[in-house]
Amino acid sequence: MMRLPKFRYVEPRSLKDAASILATEGPSAMPLAGGTDLFPNMKRRHQTPKTLVALGALPRFAGVRGSAPKGFSIGAGTTLTALEEHGGIRRAWPGLHEAVKSISTPILRNMGTLGGNICLDTRCNYYNQNYEWRRAIHFCMKCDGDTCWVAPGSDTCLAVSSSDSAPMLCALDARLHLVSKAGERTIAARELFARDGIKYLTKAPEEILTQIDLPPVDGWRTTYRKLRRREAFDFPVLGIAVALRFEQEVVAEARLWLGAVAEAPIEAAAAAKALAGRPLADEAIEEASRLAFPVAKPVDNTDFGVRWRKEMSRIMTRDALRSLRSQTR
Amino acid sequence: MAAPDDKPGAPGAGPQKGVGGIPRAGVVGASVTKVDGPAKCAGQTKFADDLVLPRMLFCKVHRAHVPHARIVRIDTSKAEAMPGVIAVMTGKDLPIPFGILPVSQDEHALCPDKVRFVGDPVAAVAATSEDIAFDAMNAIEVEYEPLDPVFSMHDAADGRGARIHDYGDEGNIHKKVALEFGDVARGFAEADEVFEDVLFYEGNTHLPMEQHAALALPEPDGKVTIWSSTQTPHYLHRALAKVLEMPPSRIRVIACPNGGGFGGKSDPFNHEIVVAALALRTGRPVKICLTREEVFYCHRGRHPVLMAIKSGVKKDGSISALHFRSYLDGGAYGSYGVASTYYTGALQTVTYPIANYRFEGARFFTNKPPCGPKRGHGTPQPRFGLEVHLDKIAARLGMNPADLRLKHLVPPNSLTANYLKVGSMGLGACIEKVVAGSGFREKHGRLPRGKGIGIACSSYICGAGLPIYWNSMPHTGVQLRLDRGGGVAVFCGEIDIGQGSDTVLAQFVAEVLGIDPLDIRLCVGDTDLTPVDLGSYSSRVTLMMGNAAIQAAERARELLAKAVAAKLEIPGERVGFGGGRVYDVENPEAKRMTFAEAVVLAESRFGTIGTVGSYVPPPSAGRYRGAGVGPSPAYSYSAAVIEVDVDPDSGWIKVERVHVAHDIGRSINPVLVVGQVEGSIYMGLGEALMEEQVFRANRQGVHKIPSLLEYKSPTTMEMPEVVTYLVEDPDPNGPFGAKEVGQGPLLPVPPAIANAVYDAVGVRVDEVPITPEKILKALDSPQKRYGPTRLPRVEWPETTRVPTPWEGGTGKALEPEKAAAKAEPIGPGGVRR
Repeated sequence: MMRLPKFRYVEPRSLKDAASILATEGPSAMPLAGGTDLFPNMKRRHQTPKTLVALGALPRFAGVRGSAPKGFSIGAGTTLTALEEHGGIRRAWPGLHEAVKSISTPILRNMGTLGGNICLDTRCNYYNQNYEWRRAIHFCMKCDGDTCWVAPGSDTCLAVSSSDSAPMLCALDARLHLVSKAGERTIAARELFARDGIKYLTKAPEEILTQIDLPPVDGWRTTYRKLRRREAFDFPVLGIAVALRFEQEVVAEARLWLGAVAEAPIEAAAAAKALAGRPLADEAIEEASRLAFPVAKPVDNTDFGVRWRKEMSRIMTRDALRSLRSQTR
Repeated sequence: MAAPDDKPGAPGAGPQKGVGGIPRAGVVGASVTKVDGPAKCAGQTKFADDLVLPRMLFCKVHRAHVPHARIVRIDTSKAEAMPGVIAVMTGKDLPIPFGILPVSQDEHALCPDKVRFVGDPVAAVAATSEDIAFDAMNAIEVEYEPLDPVFSMHDAADGRGARIHDYGDEGNIHKKVALEFGDVARGFAEADEVFEDVLFYEGNTHLPMEQHAALALPEPDGKVTIWSSTQTPHYLHRALAKVLEMPPSRIRVIACPNGGGFGGKSDPFNHEIVVAALALRTGRPVKICLTREEVFYCHRGRHPVLMAIKSGVKKDGSISALHFRSYLDGGAYGSYGVASTYYTGALQTVTYPIANYRFEGARFFTNKPPCGPKRGHGTPQPRFGLEVHLDKIAARLGMNPADLRLKHLVPPNSLTANYLKVGSMGLGACIEKVVAGSGFREKHGRLPRGKGIGIACSSYICGAGLPIYWNSMPHTGVQLRLDRGGGVAVFCGEIDIGQGSDTVLAQFVAEVLGIDPLDIRLCVGDTDLTPVDLGSYSSRVTLMMGNAAIQAAERARELLAKAVAAKLEIPGERVGFGGGRVYDVENPEAKRMTFAEAVVLAESRFGTIGTVGSYVPPPSAGRYRGAGVGPSPAYSYSAAVIEVDVDPDSGWIKVERVHVAHDIGRSINPVLVVGQVEGSIYMGLGEALMEEQVFRANRQGVHKIPSLLEYKSPTTMEMPEVVTYLVEDPDPNGPFGAKEVGQGPLLPVPPAIANAVYDAVGVRVDEVPITPEKILKALDSPQKRYGPTRLPRVEWPETTRVPTPWEGGTGKALEPEKAAAKAEPIGPGGVRR
């Protein structure tokens, strides 16, 4: 069977201690939450950290606080199962509920956390392979090699952002708390992600994602659509995250994000703009779907073919928007 | 959904009542709990990787990371110097080749001079821990001299790439076959219409949940024992004896319960030989458990097959001529490939009469993991081709596709054009069941756009008529030993791979002796202790082992009956067995005893009670070269009607419902039968919709997706409702009339889905898997089709010409000079009863 490399396991009792260990040890230490992404990667020798800093015992690291009208605050260590089962979140933000519920399998959601899914390593058919397999292709830019085999001319790694929660949190404009030895800062979800398959997060390695704040509900309707081969296990090959704020029957504000078609969640700003200020009629939906299409730029490093995945961005945007016409809370 | 006439219950709860209120065993036909079920549910079954022995070493295999190369130098010094590394082996330590077929002894436990695909084994280490073995494996350095690789059949046919093996029919063409039964030229001349198709069936792999594992134990007297997850302990035994150069008497193979096999554990494997050799070298037990990636390299799965079909059809839909060509991408080694090649041409004839039949097949070597037998071995691909082809014929002739098939069925007890003896034949009943159950006649061609319904049929063998290596011994043997306490020990070389063979073995013996299966102790799959059974492949176990078990049990019953008759002072034929008792059938209440008492009487009179049974299949009718593949004691039949929903915008396809009928002959255990049907449907859905064993030709030919996550196979979420109908028409060659069910029901699934897609959106996807992308491409194409058009260029060998039975043929091929002159027609085309 595949074996984990050796590592030191530490379990700090306070956030301060955790931040301090990460700061002292530098990039050779990595934070550990559910481990559902990290451990398989370690078995394949993608990451071989000397130290794993387990965050599970930190106070207030898990749990949902707040309310729909005031805004929920979600501990980054909240398991995906706990979040999926949270009635308040489900009623207030169906899109987030759907995104979380679509992640992997029930068993892995019992271990995996929201913070872990947000920080999920980018994925690629040339990268998510055993050491020996990668050796046969002379490795790739993201790990142990120089070339991006998806596009050998590319200067940057094209591994794909495969988080379901990330595009949704961008669409509903969540705020993220990052803590390090230097202190705490808050950023918009969209600011966390970068168009680089290797440095796909803007946060420093020693920064710990501790909390996710959702805005007050206030007229927002949300939905998430996920394209994948099977109804379980699979990572998205396209995610459509939509948040629309309605004033009566008119869309007052719109945000549309695509997941799993680039190294980071991508905003379909023109499509969103086309929706704002008018009712969600067929013409508006068609226009927005058409405008979402060029935003999707999938490359050939996941399941399914790129042309079809791109074509599906139009169809699934349309279907997602149609579903919001009738959504009630 | 269970079979309509499923009878749950414990032994003795069956419907049959014995004379005088004493129940007959009633075990056959009852859904007896799987004998291995409780242990599996409790997690107590010991699979090969569960075994741990004192001082055990762990083995890892260093594999080629280049697709085709000569080995220049192997440096194992760094690995050998690592603390905890006990031994390192390379190809020079195991120079003798092996292979499952006598004609393809082309594998080595470790490649001695050449590697042929990424994943080919080059060196092996044994170390005190798996971590050390892993590091040592990676510390081995191999210098290669690259050879031109070849990854496609087209390239192989065009002579590209260096030669992979120095044997075979031509260049990188491993095997070429050309057979003609009757005269297809005449058949085409007699046809009203001629149809042609080119289709493709992508390769896929078995995906057993259990990764292959093996453990070898050297014994102080120089013997060695190997536990392995193998479907064929006997063939592994032979390969070990050959490569290790040891007498078979000093090698013991114990097959562990398999966590799924599906044909993927039917070859002797390099890792099994390697751990045995390392154990003998180190004097310590050595274990290996393959990673999932390595299981993808073991492979031996479904061959990718390109097919060209040309048929001559009369107005009534009968087939006057069929010309079937298949091209198999075999991968880097022979494996079962020669048999696979013949199988792609063998069973077309056993469903619908084919008056004149020509088959040409070619198997290619390519630098990829070797293909071999997977559930249905070599027949799902041509069945897909033929059943889609028939659907097109029905559409053109304006016939309902169910009627086209019903009007032209091979009759029971007949001989086909290629000399296969069909016995019981329940395909008509199967078609009637699924057509009625699904409302096929009302729905086909009449559903709204996006909804479709399709039908397809199939047949499969119940055991290969010939063994892998030529011999005239039994294919299986069963030994019984009766204990004074009433227990019965049953010894047989068979191995349960999840299909339930242990349970049916216990059921057969229990039925004949009238006892509870719980009173039976099974000892199986052990080359030292059990008589040979050739293995769990070709759907042979229930039929062959069953007949042997019945024979052994009847011999034991005879001894008991003699002793009991003397004691009860009745004629021997009045002795009955049932409910754990032995009794006078005319006076069961007064004259009776327990089974244990009967054993005591028999043992007192005859000595220790032990009996044997064995089974040899009936001789086959074909006498031509190639006639060895296809004959079977019986043929099972299946029909499926499948309903799909296809979104014309996205091409997304969802299978909504499957109606499947299977001609089982007789159900020995209905729950197990339905389980095998549903499992076959599930596997067929994977092949039809998503599974692809594919490689990156531009990146060293690496397997594209060697993981359970990225190699897409359906989950329970994709499993539709399945309605199963069992057709029971006992076959005279089957034990209690039983036929196979482990493989046949998979076959109609892919073509039924392809035909349903056509019914839903009017496009033909002439290849599997049928993906949304392909459906959309077909919808966008002017021909409303997606599929292959090009065939590899092959120069076919001289045709073996065999006159059909209705031409007065004897099963022998014509001498080459006579074959040139056309045989005159003697009887009417069709079948000879």
